[in-house]
Amino acid sequence: MSEATASANGAAGPGAGFPSLTLVPKTDAKQSMKDFKSDQEVRWCPGCGDYAILAAVQGFLPELGLRKENIVFISGIGCSSRFPYYMNTFGMHSIHGRAPAIATGLASSRQDLSVWVVTGDGDALSIGGNHLIHALRRNVNLKILLFNNRIYGLTKGQYSPTSETGKVTKSTPLGSLDHPFNPVSLAIGAEATFVARTIDSDRKHLTSVLREAAAHPGTALVEIYQNCNIFNDGAFDQLKDPDTRDDVTIRLEHGQPIKFGKDLQFGVVRGAAGSLDVAEVAQVGEDALVVHDAHAENPELAFALSRLGDLTSNYHTPIGVFRNVERPVYDTLMADQLAADTTARGTGDLASLIAGNDTWTIA
Amino acid sequence: MTKQVKQIDRVVIRFAGDSGDGMQLTGDRFTSETATFGNDLSTLPNFPAEIRAPAGTLPGVSSFQLHFADHDILTPGDAPTVLVAMNPAALKANIRDLPRGAEIIVNTDEFSKRAMAKVGYATNPLEDGSLDAYNIHAVPLTTLTVDSLAEFDISKKDAERAKNMFALGLLSWLYHRPTESTIAFLKKKFAKLPVIAEANVAAFKAGWNFGETTEGFAVSYEIAPAKLPSGTYRNITGNLALSYGLVAAGQRAQLPVYLGSYPITPASDILHELSKHKNFDVRTFQAEDEIAGIGAALGASFGGALGVTTTSGPGVALKSEAIGLAVSLELPLLIVDVQRGGPSTGLPTKTEQSDLLQAMFGRNGEAPVPIVAPRTAGDCFDAAIEAARIALKYRTPVFLLSDGYLANGSEPWRIPAVDDLPDLRVEFATEPNHELEDGSKVFWPYKRDEETLARPWAVPGTAGLEHRIGGIEKADGTGAINYEPANHDFMVRIRQAKVDGIAKDIEPLEVDDPTGDAKVLVVGWGSTYGPIAAGVRRVRGQGGKVAQAHFRHLNPFPANTAEVLKKYDKVIVPEMNLGQLALLLRGKYLVDAIAYNQVRGLPFKAEELAGVIQEVIESV
Ligand SMILES: Cc1ncc(C[n+]2csc(CCOP(=O)(O)OP(=O)(O)O)c2C)c(N)n1
Ligand code: SF4
Ligand SMILES: [Mg+2]
Repeated sequence: MSEATASANGAAGPGAGFPSLTLVPKTDAKQSMKDFKSDQEVRWCPGCGDYAILAAVQGFLPELGLRKENIVFISGIGCSSRFPYYMNTFGMHSIHGRAPAIATGLASSRQDLSVWVVTGDGDALSIGGNHLIHALRRNVNLKILLFNNRIYGLTKGQYSPTSETGKVTKSTPLGSLDHPFNPVSLAIGAEATFVARTIDSDRKHLTSVLREAAAHPGTALVEIYQNCNIFNDGAFDQLKDPDTRDDVTIRLEHGQPIKFGKDLQFGVVRGAAGSLDVAEVAQVGEDALVVHDAHAENPELAFALSRLGDLTSNYHTPIGVFRNVERPVYDTLMADQLAADTTARGTGDLASLIAGNDTWTIA
Repeated sequence: MTKQVKQIDRVVIRFAGDSGDGMQLTGDRFTSETATFGNDLSTLPNFPAEIRAPAGTLPGVSSFQLHFADHDILTPGDAPTVLVAMNPAALKANIRDLPRGAEIIVNTDEFSKRAMAKVGYATNPLEDGSLDAYNIHAVPLTTLTVDSLAEFDISKKDAERAKNMFALGLLSWLYHRPTESTIAFLKKKFAKLPVIAEANVAAFKAGWNFGETTEGFAVSYEIAPAKLPSGTYRNITGNLALSYGLVAAGQRAQLPVYLGSYPITPASDILHELSKHKNFDVRTFQAEDEIAGIGAALGASFGGALGVTTTSGPGVALKSEAIGLAVSLELPLLIVDVQRGGPSTGLPTKTEQSDLLQAMFGRNGEAPVPIVAPRTAGDCFDAAIEAARIALKYRTPVFLLSDGYLANGSEPWRIPAVDDLPDLRVEFATEPNHELEDGSKVFWPYKRDEETLARPWAVPGTAGLEHRIGGIEKADGTGAINYEPANHDFMVRIRQAKVDGIAKDIEPLEVDDPTGDAKVLVVGWGSTYGPIAAGVRRVRGQGGKVAQAHFRHLNPFPANTAEVLKKYDKVIVPEMNLGQLALLLRGKYLVDAIAYNQVRGLPFKAEELAGVIQEVIESV
């Protein structure tokens, strides 16, 4: 999508190809990663996956070519939510779970801003679940980065809504009882227009997903698998370990047959009752493979893909953009309504408003 | 037949019927006619929380009380002298409020055995002598309405529905009300259904003519216009005035207004109203819940808008954490609480003043929030502007505490000249505000204005002022995360000092003490102003000496509060709660305040307060 739009715009250089950001002022200054680092000392635990994500974001932002002061990061509460302090942009570290709501107010009143939300699995899916789903269905121009470490980091290691059932933590010494959320499935169910998943340690993939998310007009949800080396170390090891990663990770590419494995020996095929299965390409043949279509209006394929991965073993975890479709953007609609009303009735006149139609005069 | 016309100085009418009978509309129309005529007036709608409670039952009764006079009045009246009862339930539910000798106009058509039995009338009260103390006008309102609409091509049900307009016509005749506005109103309301519009107009006129011709009404009444201060007036409810105040605040500040809200009675009308005024650069966002409503408003404030959230008590409870965040962020934000009966869902459609302590203290940590409370429906306009002034100037969330009585009640309002409204313009920060030792210039988001202690408002999009704010304790000046004991102690105190300092910037507490030697002072806040002032008037009318003062600012209190309270031997604090202002005054000023409290979901009666005041005067 970004490629197509870039050429349609006919523009090149920084900022080209980001239709979601046409109203955000561009800069002529050459930016580098350094420009986005704040003077605050980064205080995550050494080895935390959050560092890699921070570096990837700081490294990517110059590509947008936006004036730095028009970028805003808003977060909730959690280790991950400290993120805005480390960005040399405008930022707000808010309250637990509410960042999407706060960002909605900002984005829907200021179309000249590029607004990013940083949130954790507890922040976004537990206490803030309501705001997340409503932001997604409204399609506010927000880019939501959900750092999923499948644990509550900041409160020192309780299980989260994405922890696997049976997880032994401080609050669940005999194992957790609840069934986890699959954030990608949840987002698709919540009418999201853009849903992607990526991994903290894969800088290249992470950056490519950020690029597509930034280009998307509307809400983009990016689930980032993030290692918490203190309370849930190795949660995504199968996806990272050079020995296993190629055979367990399914890299989605729009328009391509879905193949994976060290030698691309596996593929995704249609299974029973709308589900998808993994098969050996040699057995089923290339033609049987499902071709990924992130732009499909119908979310059925994206949803079926989201169900492929096993949340406990991480086997067959698709990463990349599941869904990327266009739908009118809430902030644009709101601004258009204001403009249309003002055109139709003229700029409001306070004196006649408060007087109304039914007055009398006392001399 | 020429009929007698009597001149009277005031009357209190109550329209009562089933929730489906259109009593609120009838009351509204009568009010509008009365306002246009130039009487002073005050209204009290009273309706069930259910949209359509079971027909003909006591809980389903909806009523609208209107007090109007040829002089200035302060309350909707203690007791109606005229009751319009559309069915037995309406009669039964309201009869005990009527003084002997009151006029009762009843719709006899609804007095079937079954309907009477439903509300526990074993015999017909219109015939069994139980109403002998009253002046009964038995009128078959439904039949007369249906008959008067015989030539209209409408269903019987539609014809019957117009009976409220027949009743309105009759009352309009009885009190010489102008009718043009009601006719115009009906034509507009039913513009898409011209037959229904015509039928309602016909029923309204038939009611008027019935009054003129029937022998059942021998006398009609004239109440001369009131001599109010000169100016152009309109009738206005508290919620409408408050909405206009918010629009005006945005205009006077030259800022966009952003309302984030979740529907709740009795505050929803403000959301409805503001959603109509997009051409004033007013955005309204119906959020997924109260937390998102205030969150979005705060986000918009961060972006340089006047953020507003509107709700009632239960919604404030949900917003508490975000209000605390706003205290920490030090951004302008208005929190409008249209109070209703609590706790929990409580009495959604009834009034109460029981959120004062919630507004004052309902947050974790030391989180002071200024509080402003309007005293009358029209005053909601000025109070909204004042709350916005404080929020913008001091970069703080501000509570505006209205209530159900102010929200739905109405009064004539002198329309202010826009140019006379306060100038609320603010300056956003545009450049660095601090010089480091090495001479370089930086922006410090928590470097305060020396006078107001407000921090700079630097909105995203301002080059060079990039900064991060948040709920974690901030270092004085730089705004960096800071957990040091001394810094926290300092920041807690300076946030408090900022709010306390507003006392210098608000009008002193005004005392109304005409003889100057009263020993008893009555103090109130919010919507009790009218009943307290009316009670005070009665006491003075009987020669009693009493002073009155009314708080508009409850946090901080006006600078002269201690001085005022100390001057009097006794201080009475009437409130529609169990003594919340009294607790604050006792705590802060060590005054032995006498709390007088009532939580019936209705405003105080002037008579009742007069009695309380009298008693205290006699005890001195
Ligand atoms: C209202 C409220 N409830 C609870 C907390 C405590 N709390 C802070 S962060 C957190 C969970 C964070 O988990 P997650 O969102 O996954 O972020 P992580 O630390 O893992 O990045 C909790 C429960 C809080 N700050 N506020
Ligand atoms: S606790 Fe976990 S998530 Fe939090 S900073 Fe440490 S490693 Fe990162
Ligand atoms: Mg987490």
